[in-house]
Amino acid sequence: MPPSVTLAVTRYRPEQESEPTLQTYEVPFRKDWVVLDALNYIKDNLDGSLSFRWSCRMGVCGSCGMMVNGSPKLTCAAFLSDYLPGPIRVEPLNYFPIIRDLVVDMTDFMHKLKKVKPWIIRAQEKPLADGEYLQTPDQLEMYKQFSMCINCMLCYSACPVYGLEQSFIGPAAIALAQRYNLDSRDEAARERLEILSEHDGMWQCTFVGECSKVCPKNVDPAGAIQQLKLVGAVDWFRFLLPWGTR
Amino acid sequence: MRPITPFLWTLFGAGGTIAALLFPVHLVLSGLAFPLGALEAPSYDVLYGLVRHPVTRLYLLVVITLPLFHWAHRFRYTLYDVLQLKHLYRLIAVLCYSAALLGSAVAAYTVWRIP
Amino acid sequence: MSPGTQYTPYHPKWYRRRMSVWWWLQNRSYVYFVLRELTSVFVGLCALLLLWHLRALVQGPEAHAHFLAQMRRPFFVGLNGVGLLFILFHTITWFNLTPKAMVVRLGGKRVPDWTIAGLNYVAWVLLSVAVAVVLLRG
Repeated sequence: MPPSVTLAVTRYRPEQESEPTLQTYEVPFRKDWVVLDALNYIKDNLDGSLSFRWSCRMGVCGSCGMMVNGSPKLTCAAFLSDYLPGPIRVEPLNYFPIIRDLVVDMTDFMHKLKKVKPWIIRAQEKPLADGEYLQTPDQLEMYKQFSMCINCMLCYSACPVYGLEQSFIGPAAIALAQRYNLDSRDEAARERLEILSEHDGMWQCTFVGECSKVCPKNVDPAGAIQQLKLVGAVDWFRFLLPWGTR
Repeated sequence: MRPITPFLWTLFGAGGTIAALLFPVHLVLSGLAFPLGALEAPSYDVLYGLVRHPVTRLYLLVVITLPLFHWAHRFRYTLYDVLQLKHLYRLIAVLCYSAALLGSAVAAYTVWRIP
Repeated sequence: MSPGTQYTPYHPKWYRRRMSVWWWLQNRSYVYFVLRELTSVFVGLCALLLLWHLRALVQGPEAHAHFLAQMRRPFFVGLNGVGLLFILFHTITWFNLTPKAMVVRLGGKRVPDWTIAGLNYVAWVLLSVAVAVVLLRG
């Protein structure tokens, strides 16, 4: 076991430099440390000016996503021991604009999430007195996988289609749309299908499949997108049916 | 106007499935085994007799046209992604689907004109 | 200021990296993806090969003999060999990805991916045998 490991970390201080650079730090190696622990060590002991986002340290909050040796990872789940002997390259998430050091701007992502109307929509709300909308375990199972998303944006950083075309609505947002479409309490699947069928929607996806591979929660956005394409394609042929015209 | 993308994607999917299921055997037989004599090729008369059957004609038409549209759709996106030609969106789409249409027209004409 | 710097109402200065033209060489999954997408070229060529064979058949015995002679040329043997590899790659990736798009539920439970992919492979074998029997038996 080495006594220490080198981290090459992206620095970008817009008031000082016009492009990001890599700065190396030597941190002690401990086998139970993850990359986030090493970053916190740097911040506490070596360089207090390093900026990065983190919160829960346990793979739930989704704020510590970064590129570790070129792959999008939750740094709280990326053990230093898996990247020996180093140096370990830690960079901000791909394809997002960098604000400072390891911090990216997620405004675009937030807009996209909202665009798919990720809440339960009813044609007619039932009165409160009628009680809850009940659901069987099988009905829950239909969408549960897609509801596990923690908005960590690793899937966007793995998606070259998003990299090439920033307007693409992207993996997490489409998976979230599918989560509500498959929910037995929701009645707005058609509305969302129309949103996703727009120019920057699901048809942009070429099924690279990396989004599902990097997802720390096994949400499988790539699967969600292909399933929605199938729904969209079947829907397209409805006009052939006498009862199918809208 | 109805967006045509879902329809084109259906052709892509159908063509991809047909190609996946049937092209390996056709390529092995027509492209390699028969010309190289690895398997005894059926005589001209036998093949010609097969081709004249209405079911075979329909089969050939489907097996040639749908995979051409599979190519058009997939290759179009490959050009956008790999060569970053998104700005030539329309031109590439027109060229790819026109090529598939042309190939399909030739196939349809050939199948139609079998005596 | 570098051309990569942008301004928005909320953030003083952004830096946005440009995507390299060679992005698809940057990791193995992307190379795999591009190879998978390029199978379409050989799918198209194989369709043209079938069309060529059909037209040769329709045009008569000499045209058909000419077609077979062409296929014996090293160029076409090589092309068909490489094409076969790509088409097999297409077949395998296509079947393995089918269950991602097609979710089948029986009795409320999702049919496992390997079952759907497996059925594709079974259909592949059966259809290949059927085509071979028809062609070889006439």
